[in-house]
Amino acid sequence: MADPAGDEERALLAALRAGDDGAYERLVREHAPRMLAVARRLLGDGEHARDAVQEAFGSAFRAIGSFAGQARLSTWLHRIVVNAALMKLRTRRRKPEQPLDDLLPQFEPDGHRRDAGAPWQPAERLERRELRKLVRDGIERLPEAHRTVLVLRDIEELDTAEVAELLGVSTGVVKTRLHRARQALRTLLDPHLRAGGG
Amino acid sequence: MSPEPGADALTCRDLIDFLRAYLDGELPPELRQRFEDHVDACPPCLHYLDSYRETVSLCAEAFDACVPDCAVPDEVPEELVRAVLASRPPRS
Repeated sequence: MADPAGDEERALLAALRAGDDGAYERLVREHAPRMLAVARRLLGDGEHARDAVQEAFGSAFRAIGSFAGQARLSTWLHRIVVNAALMKLRTRRRKPEQPLDDLLPQFEPDGHRRDAGAPWQPAERLERRELRKLVRDGIERLPEAHRTVLVLRDIEELDTAEVAELLGVSTGVVKTRLHRARQALRTLLDPHLRAGGG
Repeated sequence: MSPEPGADALTCRDLIDFLRAYLDGELPPELRQRFEDHVDACPPCLHYLDSYRETVSLCAEAFDACVPDCAVPDEVPEELVRAVLASRPPRS
């Protein structure tokens, strides 16, 4: 069966391998926006994200000759920019962070919940646009180690084993960080979204 | 604020500990049943479970490329495009 996207991609790959200037420009203009978005989610909107994209393309250009074409180009580039952004995260100075424990649920000594809680009614309380901004701001406030796992798992949709490999930790650590990150983000959103709150 | 504790009933703290594994289908059947028994009898934990699920779903939506205010820029700074293209290896 014809596979137009696949044919187009194979043609682009061939042109890249032949050193075609137009092909390189097309690759960059087509994929850089999404790659920059990925880098910004991990590094924030600054020069680190732009540097990560530049370094990712540098890696891709060097490896284009050995790219087997088994994955889509976009998938391959996604993986490369995630790697480049994680390298940057490892080397840059960390900002002061709010302790995550402050954002986790509190319990009585017998294991019962301290806060009775309330159901959420996000659709009624906020415009979707406002809600998305609230979520992005909340993610930005999470400690880096937890934010990274949340972004890779719940937004970039990598699986647990991939995230563990990229970060050099066990799958158990990824699961624990993900759960704590989600709980902390839930706490940050709760005052805005609970029925009768805000 | 939580169900009457039976001999093997989960506490609210247990429920939070097992929540991710529950949603990922990783709990063995007996523990899954105890988890669901607790949620059925404990409105605060039911609210927590629902809001945790909503949090996961909102995360994905917050960066959804299909919405107008998404975080994927329409274009990248021209200066970055130029820098990337300038870094390509010379033709062999």
